[in-house]
Amino acid sequence: MASVTLKEVSKSFGAFDVLRSIDLDVEDGEFVVFVGPSGCGKSTLLRVIAGLVPVSQGIVSIDGEEVTDVPASKRGVAFVFQSYALYPHMNVARNISFALETARMTKAEIGRRLAKVADMLKIGHLLDRKPKQLSGGQRQRVAIGRALVSQPKLFLFDEPLSNLDADLRMEMRFEIAKLHTEVGATMIYVTHDQTEAMTLADRIVILNHGRIEQVGTPRELYDHPANKFVAGFLGSPRMNFAPARSDERGRVITGPDGFELSIDQLRAQKPTTLGLRPEALEIVSPDKSGCIKGIFERVEDLGYEQIAYIRLSEDTIWTVRSGGVIPAYASGSRIGLRWKPEDIYLFNDKDQRIETRSTLEPAIVGISR
Amino acid sequence: MKNRETTIAWVFLLPLLLALTAVAAWPLARNIYFSFTDAFLDNPSDYSFVGFQNFVTVLEDSIFWGAVRNTLVFTLVSVALETLLGFAIALLLHRAFAGRGLVRAAILVPWAMPMVVSAKIWEWMFNDQFGLINKALIWLGFLDKGIAWTADPSLILGTVIFIDVWVTTPFMVLLILAGLQLIPEEIYEAAEVSGVPAWKRLWSITLPLATPAIGVAVLFRTLDALRMFDLSYVLAANNEKAMTMSIYARDQLISFQDLGVGSAASTWVFLIIGLITITLVSILRLDRNTG
Repeated sequence: MASVTLKEVSKSFGAFDVLRSIDLDVEDGEFVVFVGPSGCGKSTLLRVIAGLVPVSQGIVSIDGEEVTDVPASKRGVAFVFQSYALYPHMNVARNISFALETARMTKAEIGRRLAKVADMLKIGHLLDRKPKQLSGGQRQRVAIGRALVSQPKLFLFDEPLSNLDADLRMEMRFEIAKLHTEVGATMIYVTHDQTEAMTLADRIVILNHGRIEQVGTPRELYDHPANKFVAGFLGSPRMNFAPARSDERGRVITGPDGFELSIDQLRAQKPTTLGLRPEALEIVSPDKSGCIKGIFERVEDLGYEQIAYIRLSEDTIWTVRSGGVIPAYASGSRIGLRWKPEDIYLFNDKDQRIETRSTLEPAIVGISR
Repeated sequence: MKNRETTIAWVFLLPLLLALTAVAAWPLARNIYFSFTDAFLDNPSDYSFVGFQNFVTVLEDSIFWGAVRNTLVFTLVSVALETLLGFAIALLLHRAFAGRGLVRAAILVPWAMPMVVSAKIWEWMFNDQFGLINKALIWLGFLDKGIAWTADPSLILGTVIFIDVWVTTPFMVLLILAGLQLIPEEIYEAAEVSGVPAWKRLWSITLPLATPAIGVAVLFRTLDALRMFDLSYVLAANNEKAMTMSIYARDQLISFQDLGVGSAASTWVFLIIGLITITLVSILRLDRNTG
């Protein structure tokens, strides 16, 4: 078990800055997920912690000890690769125990550890097989077994499930969560899949363009995104956005479809964007007061939920998500959208969120059309 | 349908089969055929069958056995050195460094030169009186007077091996480098993170995974070395200390005009190389199955 501290860590490949001054504390025993779009630097950050990529600037500490210049082989961490990176010429047993061979460990101890790991991951019957004789899920288990066997203080996972099909991914997600509980070691996990991030993490680190956008528990990030990027990144379908404007006195906001919103105490924080999550929206009759109007485009029925696409303007389509049944309006019908006042998110011209939830009570006063 | 496809397949194969027959199967068959005759090159149509006598003649010739010994020593030592050097240089070139592309192209120069040209260049450099090598060694104080590298019977085979290593190591480097580049980088990273030391990574990961490539390279080089002719011929002509099996067969056939014995010698060469090839290939295949 170990804590990880990053201080002003930067990494450039030539003129390209992959990581820009990252500060982060990962606590002992924590499960932290790095998430972000492709190219945001999350994998590089993980490799920096492992020691596979040297930093350009900054300090990396594991368990309070600076390891910035310590080679990967001496950091005592385990790394699980997206490609599994199993040794193709060794059978499963040797793949798992290979690192122990040089660790001055008795044959009996190696055997004991191998048996324990094999039992834990239910791969005892595969020990004699070569990697190419295994399915993707089995390979992933072996890769995790290889990480487990050296009993590291820190586990690093680099998109370990992205090569698996949906069913297996869910199963392995559960296994990894269970593993974290059983082993209790610190785990850092990189993914681009927000479901994995939301379900596994104690805390999520959202990265974008080499910077940390926000760090927090899944719930915090979902309910209180610090900015438009985080708000848009978490949630499926993503948050609906529309440009907005406040009047001179900062009391009334004008949004799509010409609707106006009276918000008290908004004062100088000038919002430029408003956001609403798909599940916060409700489709109502366009005649209802306090709603914005749109054109019903289509509905997708996923069985357990339905997603409707509503066109607000030429270039704005909002989604509505409902666990219930969305009435099948004819395509092109005019409908209204309504939401609870507390569900609205507002962002300023720097895309930072304007905190309105706790102190402010926005209310729709009417449509000016 | 099946029949039609088979017919088309044969049609496509036909040109190759004809070419192979013309340039390989037919000459080989003729060669073996003449092995059993007493034909001479000046009038090859006038001959009679003599059974296995030519084969016995060759086997009873101590010069032939000297040539076999030379060829085997040359093959074993040169291929071993080329493999070791090739592997080492390939490992160096496998690392990314500035100017790698240039170095990779530069090391190919010896391989790109015709063997006869290389042999001639080295012959001059090894010249006992005017040669660069002796001059350098004397200047450096290693020698008092020049050594007759290509004339001294005890040195000639070593000189031949040295030149062959110089010429052919690039070929080994290239083949082994291609094999090294097939090994995914993440496997090394996985081993590194798990704390496996560098020598163990080389021994237990690189070496076994590069073995198929090394095996193919060794096979190619061995076959090449076993039928080596040009280097020894240019450098030492008929010096028995550097005579290879191919030179022996050529001497019988061309110099002595003895078509029967020359063919028998060629057949022996063919059989010896064939045997070694089969052994090597079966070893390699065995390795692939377990690996």
